[in-house]
Amino acid sequence: MKQRITALVTLLVLGAMVSPAFSQSLSIVCRCVAGGANANQVAWLKEYVIPEFEKAHAGVSVTLNEFGGTDDALKQQYALDLSVGKGNDVMGFDGFWIPEFASGNLLKPLNAVAGAAVDGWEGWNHISAGIQSILSYGGAIYGVANGTDVRMIFYRKDILEQAGVANADAWQPTSWADITDAAAKVLAAFPDSAPLQINAGTSVGEATTLQGYYMLLLGTGEEPFMDGKWVVRSQGILDTLNYYRDIYVDHAYGSQRVQLVKDGRDQSFANFRDGKTAMLVEGDWFYRSVTAPGSDYAVDNRDEIMGWAKMPSETPGSGIRGQDYVSASGGTGWVLNPNTANPQLAWELLAFMNSKGARDVWMTYQPGIPARDDVPVPNSAFLTDTAAALLPLTVSRPNNDYYAKVSEQIQLMTENVVSGQMTPQQAMDAYAAAVTGIVGADAPFDLHAH
Amino acid sequence: MHQRRTILPLRTGLLFLGPAALFIGAFILLPFFWIAGVSFTNRTLTGATAANPQFVGLQNYLKLFDLSTFMNPGQFGSSLVITGQFVFWSAIVGQAVLGLLLAWFFYRRSGWVKESVQTLAIVAWIIPDVVVAFAWNAFLDYDGGTLNWLFGLVGLHKVDWLLAMPLLSIVLFNAWRGAAFSMLLFSSALGSIPPSYLETADVAGAGPWQRLKDIILPLIRTHIVTDLILITLWTFNTFGPFLLTGGGPAFKTEVVSVLTYRMAFKYFDFGTGSALGMVMMLINLGFALVYLGLLRRQGSSR
Amino acid sequence: MRVVKHVLGRVAFYVVAAVFAAVFALPLLWLVFAPFGSRATLSVALPDPFTLSNFGRVFANTFAVRALFQNSIIQAVGTMILVTLLATLAAYALSRAPIRGRDVLSYGLVLFSSIVTGTAAMVPIFLLIFNLGLIDTHMGVILVFTGGLLPAAIFIMRDFVDSIPRSYEESALVAGASPWGMFRDIALPIVRPGMMVVGVWTFVNVWGGFLVPFILLRSPTKMPAAVAIYSFYTEGGTPIITLTTAYALLYTLPVLALYLFVNWKYGFRFFGGIKS
Repeated sequence: MKQRITALVTLLVLGAMVSPAFSQSLSIVCRCVAGGANANQVAWLKEYVIPEFEKAHAGVSVTLNEFGGTDDALKQQYALDLSVGKGNDVMGFDGFWIPEFASGNLLKPLNAVAGAAVDGWEGWNHISAGIQSILSYGGAIYGVANGTDVRMIFYRKDILEQAGVANADAWQPTSWADITDAAAKVLAAFPDSAPLQINAGTSVGEATTLQGYYMLLLGTGEEPFMDGKWVVRSQGILDTLNYYRDIYVDHAYGSQRVQLVKDGRDQSFANFRDGKTAMLVEGDWFYRSVTAPGSDYAVDNRDEIMGWAKMPSETPGSGIRGQDYVSASGGTGWVLNPNTANPQLAWELLAFMNSKGARDVWMTYQPGIPARDDVPVPNSAFLTDTAAALLPLTVSRPNNDYYAKVSEQIQLMTENVVSGQMTPQQAMDAYAAAVTGIVGADAPFDLHAH
Repeated sequence: MHQRRTILPLRTGLLFLGPAALFIGAFILLPFFWIAGVSFTNRTLTGATAANPQFVGLQNYLKLFDLSTFMNPGQFGSSLVITGQFVFWSAIVGQAVLGLLLAWFFYRRSGWVKESVQTLAIVAWIIPDVVVAFAWNAFLDYDGGTLNWLFGLVGLHKVDWLLAMPLLSIVLFNAWRGAAFSMLLFSSALGSIPPSYLETADVAGAGPWQRLKDIILPLIRTHIVTDLILITLWTFNTFGPFLLTGGGPAFKTEVVSVLTYRMAFKYFDFGTGSALGMVMMLINLGFALVYLGLLRRQGSSR
Repeated sequence: MRVVKHVLGRVAFYVVAAVFAAVFALPLLWLVFAPFGSRATLSVALPDPFTLSNFGRVFANTFAVRALFQNSIIQAVGTMILVTLLATLAAYALSRAPIRGRDVLSYGLVLFSSIVTGTAAMVPIFLLIFNLGLIDTHMGVILVFTGGLLPAAIFIMRDFVDSIPRSYEESALVAGASPWGMFRDIALPIVRPGMMVVGVWTFVNVWGGFLVPFILLRSPTKMPAAVAIYSFYTEGGTPIITLTTAYALLYTLPVLALYLFVNWKYGFRFFGGIKS
């Protein structure tokens, strides 16, 4: 009897010691699905990250939950799951979601979740403060960035050449007027074309805010959020809206329709591919993946006929920080679920995903601008050149609770102008009223002189 | 009036009702009280008010009716006007009239023609939302859409439906989508009219229009009211237009159900979303009472 | 003269019927052709060349295939059975038992159900299912759909029950039948066509429902087709037309088949036309 009890106790003790090692499991979720959106990420996680991590941590099993819906839909599920203390251990996150999740106590800073191990991570020394800030809020770091992106004008050398634009092979406008001059020439040569597309309107969502509105507004020396306040009336906003009006209402340099219909973004890609649009303001992924050989919008003979130019300020030197050229950046990354049952292990996985080794491998799946400075920019002239030229100029979105709501008002303001239903002044007034309603106590301010 | 014999004793009746009542209590009444309560708070899912929601009294309601922005695109007033037009044209005129026409046209007829046409109408009613949305997106497409192709055949100009006439587009869509319910309801209503009534009319030499107006419509009055109550309610709450237009362009097709979605699920602003839900329920209640009142007044004046 | 009038009448009948048919069929025409084309187009055209390769690619997506042929079926059939049974019982009680204010009750519940099945209620419903421990289960989805669809189902079902002549049951009562026996032996056989209508209506609603499963389910292995169809979208969030239409066609066939079967077997129609 006694022996039996001893055996039983031994078994229990052994079990208690051994079972964590066998029962520990982690889960990852991202907006990624094999054969669909962000399929590269699925491949990288399944072919490299998970097997390697499991090899290094005996008894740990990692599952990937692929999410095939839209960004908005994923955000809804995250908010619901985190609000009841559930969800996957490691979650793919868009940087600009961080503020509202953090201020709602749905996320915690990484070191509050996994402790000192986070602060001692070697990786922080290799990620610039600017890139860290993409997943930060209130001075604390909530996640590790995958990398960043930059925005610019993509143009068709062949079309500009045929339209008689000077120096079409290495075109670089130095003011907004240069861009519309080129558009006017293309329109004169090809009356059916829509030479210039700068995103506006609600249907393309965040693309309007970041690669449309921001890219223009920064060129007037302003940002939407300055000195801790949302700017709701300013000369910069008016200049930006007037420029939109010039493009879409007064001259039809760009297709109004593309900015208003539901699948407008895809139409703008198609128009660029077909040469109907000669200048398109987009992010570096437009080169990396949208127009890459084999994709739906692949541009034939791309290296010869497609070029990129820095986005000029309204006039030379009028841009933010007195710059001649501007760019805007966002980024995605990974956060830890504060409700994870295995915070240390989850952090180890997150750290491994962002180790030099794993990021080097990631670059072979999806070349881009890396977050770590010890991961070489892949051997791509385009990425090396754009990173070198634009990273020093770039600006990222404010880490502010109200960003998502204000951003939607920005999209609406541009839509009101581009659709011709409001003058720039009326649209700005409506924007001011709406933003004041949103931010309430944090009263926005009017900026008259600059 | 003679006392009708009770077939089910009250206790047994409640027993039969029990399981359904349990479900309705849990999945309809509980959420309803949650919504009613949250509509008086500033509760959100993310942001500072997620962790510490506060009681704000009628503020959410007052914000909806803030007259300085009431009629701006994307605001409640503008959305309400759009919803009103959408319900009137697509449900009351579109579905009910189209349904009545279909029912009346095939009344006292049978055969493969009736079967095929009615089946087509029912197919439009039963296939899934997202599939219908695909089909209509293509149907209304500017360049290759079937509707513009037809317009071209008869020498009309192409119309950019979803951009130039977004409200008309969702009205046509919803009328098409839901006509089958009214058709089914009116078909059986017509079927319940004793044939002798119409034979009398035939003898009196009444034309088809007169027969419809003077005999049929008064006889199916109560069915019309039921139909109107249900389709008004359903159309007020349908999310269908979102799949076709996403509420745009520039909020021109943002009916209240889509506005509620934007508030509750895009902004995670449950206070406003719940207040919207409550207001819409009151409006629906108002409609139901008006319809029933009309019925009663007509009934007593006869 | 009479012959001419008769012929004209027939011609007019066919013309009007053809117009009706066209109105309902034209918007769906594209959906019938597009899945068989190799190139994405929004125009109606006979596919040239005709291909089945889109279906091949759809069937290669195991997630979407399981969603359609397993998860959607489980959720729709489960809800259909529950709603039909409970609605029939409840409608019978509302029709035959002396329950005060039953008409107001029927209307009131339909009214409530319409706001609660809207988006405003998705959070309380999520919280409820979470507290029941049923997040990420088929059961959670079935229960929520059942609750949401019951009021309208009862409303429709009452019409069928009200149209059964009371004399059947009155004579059964005299013969000493129990309430349950009366329900089972007299009411049920008569209202079977009504149960079929409510069943089809329920099935259709669950089959097309996106929001409820989306909110309550997490595992890709449990998602129904209404959610899975979005795996045929591009990164930018627009459908890959050749694949989505192929999937949409497969997704539509079961509801179509169910309707045709019920209509052929029982007739798909209301009884008295739902009176107020």
